[in-house]
Amino acid sequence: MSDTTANAASATREAEELPKAQSPVRQFVKKFLRRKTAVIGFLFIVFILILAVIGPNITPYDPNAYDYSAILAGPSARHLWGTDEFGRDVFSRILAGTQLSLGTALTASIIGTAAGVVFGLIAGFFGGIVDSLIMRVCDVMFAFPGILLAIAIVAIIGPGITNIMIGVAVFTVPSFARIIRGAVLEVRGELYVEVAQSIGCSSARTMFVHIFPGTMQALIVNFTMNIGGAILSASSLSFLGFGASVTQAEWGAILSQGRNYLAIAPHLVLFPGLVIFLTVLAFNLFGDGLRDTLDPRLN
Amino acid sequence: MSETLLEVKDLRTQFKRGKKDWITAVNGVSFNVNAGEIVGLVGESGCGKSVTSLSVMRLHNERLTKISGSIKFGGKEVLDLTTSEMQSMRGNEMSMIFQEPMSALDPIMRIEDQLAEAISLHNSNMSKAEIHERCVNSLKLVGIPEPEMTLRNYPHELSGGMCQRVMIAMAMSCEPKLLIADEPTTALDVTIQAQILALMEDIRNRRNTGILLITHDLGVVAETCSRVIVMYAGNIVEEAPVKELFANPQHPYTEGLIASVPRLGKRLHRLPSIPGSVPDLSVMPEGCRFAPRCKYAQDSCKQKLPELQTVAEGHRCACPFYRNAREGAQQ
Amino acid sequence: MGKYTVKRIINMIPLLFVISIIIFLFIHLIPGDPARQIAGPTATIGEVDEIRNQLGLNQPLVPQYIKWITGIFTGNFGVSYANKTTVIALLAPRLPITIYLTICSITWSAIMGIIIGVLAAVNRGRAFDLIGMVIAIAGISLPNFWLGLQLMQIFAVNLRILPTGGLESWKGYILPSIAMGAGIMCILARVTRSSMIENLGKDYIRTARAKGLPEHRVIMRHAFKNSSIDVITVTALQIGALIAGSVVVESVFSIPGLGRLLVDSIGFRDYEVVQALILFFSLEYMVINLLADILYGIINPRVRYE
Repeated sequence: MSDTTANAASATREAEELPKAQSPVRQFVKKFLRRKTAVIGFLFIVFILILAVIGPNITPYDPNAYDYSAILAGPSARHLWGTDEFGRDVFSRILAGTQLSLGTALTASIIGTAAGVVFGLIAGFFGGIVDSLIMRVCDVMFAFPGILLAIAIVAIIGPGITNIMIGVAVFTVPSFARIIRGAVLEVRGELYVEVAQSIGCSSARTMFVHIFPGTMQALIVNFTMNIGGAILSASSLSFLGFGASVTQAEWGAILSQGRNYLAIAPHLVLFPGLVIFLTVLAFNLFGDGLRDTLDPRLN
Repeated sequence: MSETLLEVKDLRTQFKRGKKDWITAVNGVSFNVNAGEIVGLVGESGCGKSVTSLSVMRLHNERLTKISGSIKFGGKEVLDLTTSEMQSMRGNEMSMIFQEPMSALDPIMRIEDQLAEAISLHNSNMSKAEIHERCVNSLKLVGIPEPEMTLRNYPHELSGGMCQRVMIAMAMSCEPKLLIADEPTTALDVTIQAQILALMEDIRNRRNTGILLITHDLGVVAETCSRVIVMYAGNIVEEAPVKELFANPQHPYTEGLIASVPRLGKRLHRLPSIPGSVPDLSVMPEGCRFAPRCKYAQDSCKQKLPELQTVAEGHRCACPFYRNAREGAQQ
Repeated sequence: MGKYTVKRIINMIPLLFVISIIIFLFIHLIPGDPARQIAGPTATIGEVDEIRNQLGLNQPLVPQYIKWITGIFTGNFGVSYANKTTVIALLAPRLPITIYLTICSITWSAIMGIIIGVLAAVNRGRAFDLIGMVIAIAGISLPNFWLGLQLMQIFAVNLRILPTGGLESWKGYILPSIAMGAGIMCILARVTRSSMIENLGKDYIRTARAKGLPEHRVIMRHAFKNSSIDVITVTALQIGALIAGSVVVESVFSIPGLGRLLVDSIGFRDYEVVQALILFFSLEYMVINLLADILYGIINPRVRYE
């Protein structure tokens, strides 16, 4: 009790939460379930992932079928979220587009994270020249503000969904390289890593078997938080017209086309944007919850 | 007998842990501190000694804390003061220093600004030059050789001992009647510890300040205090003048505590220790809280919390089987 | 302090050099024949050759780079093929618009974000904190272009109190500034809150209270002053998001700024303009971060003496 109330209270709370020989996974789940917003986020992610898989098969209308009798129709019982300038059903297009939109962001995140992890591990583990080289490259990439790096990449290699994916992935690499490097430097000082090295583990083995698991918490938390950002970046690029073509059903592209009809058909902008917003929110809520349960220090 | 500065009666401090869930950290504590007296408050960590001192200063987060009982300071009831009355008392009439001097100072503020802050707050009519002079004098009081230079420093440029001197200077800058020192030497090197303790005694002698010294170190108590209060699990278990306590401890807990201090010239196979550990605040045993660890415990101990009783002049003990009584029964 | 500033500036020089090389190589990274790309599919072979000569693409890289970089130092950023004018003439009128918009956005969002963050930290666990933090995470998740379009829908199309785009009056800046700043406000509110909560738990806060300081001074002079170190760092980083946000939001509101020019130039394959804009945005971002570093050093004495 040598501290203030807050500390005293938290100390007793910790005491109260002392594990009763529970597995770490169960402890984690128990702690996570206490955060209602995070649970809601998680459930929404599961829901949207299911839609991404089965979405194209359960659309009420063919997402690409023109219906000239119902052009720019507002939301109604027939067309839940209205129709676009070609009479295509917006709800069906958004549902069908889940796969492409989420797939783009997820793939970009995974590729970018994986590359970032490899660079971060190498930089943190070997140190010295390799480290400073990788970190200087990251500095250079960080000098391009926000998604401008992704925009520049798309400007060079041309528009299209794949290129957006590449742009967002590249833009993800440096932040993960930095995070993982930081985590490695922290883990490297731990005794068990020194022990592994002292008994003659190879560099690669030490790195992947002993160091990498230690960085997992930072990785999982940041990866989740990154997905929301990747969805936003990808949809921004799509919105600017660098992404999907007019025929492709993709959230950002649907919204981008719809903006021309804002005054007469606001639903064209409202619904795709709402879906993007809710999906990003779900990932952010989930990521926040993960961070608070896994690693309170990152708060 | 000198004037009573601080009179704590039946102090209970409870912390909010959940909805309608309160835990009691201090459970009915009463003691006095007189002017010019150094009173030691000892006990293991978690016994409620820091909580007691922070309660006296009303430094707990009031939203999460319930304090009952009475704390009279200079005849005024501290618990009845308004927030602003309390603020004008803190740092002015009673002040406090803490365990970690390095982190207790604001890292991005010059020492002078931190000192001047308290002085100007409680002396609104002082000019800038007067405040500066007071800052210099405060540092001189705590034996800092080059006060002008130290005033321009940031905390990270000073050593731990220097920081604690600055803390004491800050606490003393408004000439308080009472100084509460919460483990002031725990984080410091042994040689620095002695210097800081000597400094506190010196200040007491010069200013007739009453000091409540909180520590878990019996050596510190023996060196500096005139009276000692021993706390265990939120209660006072024994109170006595320092010589009396060391020569003639009455409570089984105090006995164990003193026996566990290594002493020069005494060869022991093994240092005695008290078996078990301090009970968790949320699962306090019924009756005497030391009973589960006490070798003299009887069934009756586990039913009712024993009250402090006077066992000799100025010596109180909260155990019906205090040493004199036990020895008397044996004879 | 001067030494620290000089050190930061010197540290920036090699980075600037590398960035200039990368942006210079930009045109050369375009797959296929860059001259053909610039000239467009309808151009004759003669026209393509002329462009190649003009850009110096048939010369070795090093002389090309030297020519390009010396051009930049003398204010010659090349020629816009799409607009048949010099790049500098294209940039000059648009620059103040974007800078003004950026300043408007960062000002309101930083002030609001910090106020919300401080109040949330002080009222931790109470209604203000809980509601504020839900709004903050929602704000971070909002696509800025969608927010812009929704604001336009409500205030311009339905209520008709603000223009849908353009900058004929000061009213034209309101909606774009909100769309650009909302996300940053929310991020800053979160950062300020968690930094304040951390600092409010520190020992020196207890010391400040023990001195008898009134609570608002404890919060502002000690907790917030320490938190401002974190807040400045994050704000500077968020300027990057703001610059990128201007690209999107200027497109939404048809604002003739640099961001819109970038999107249009990419569309027209006007690479010299794209090159100049990316260079400008990176430079702007780096200078802001440099300023933040210096400010950081002023507030945090521990950094200065390193």
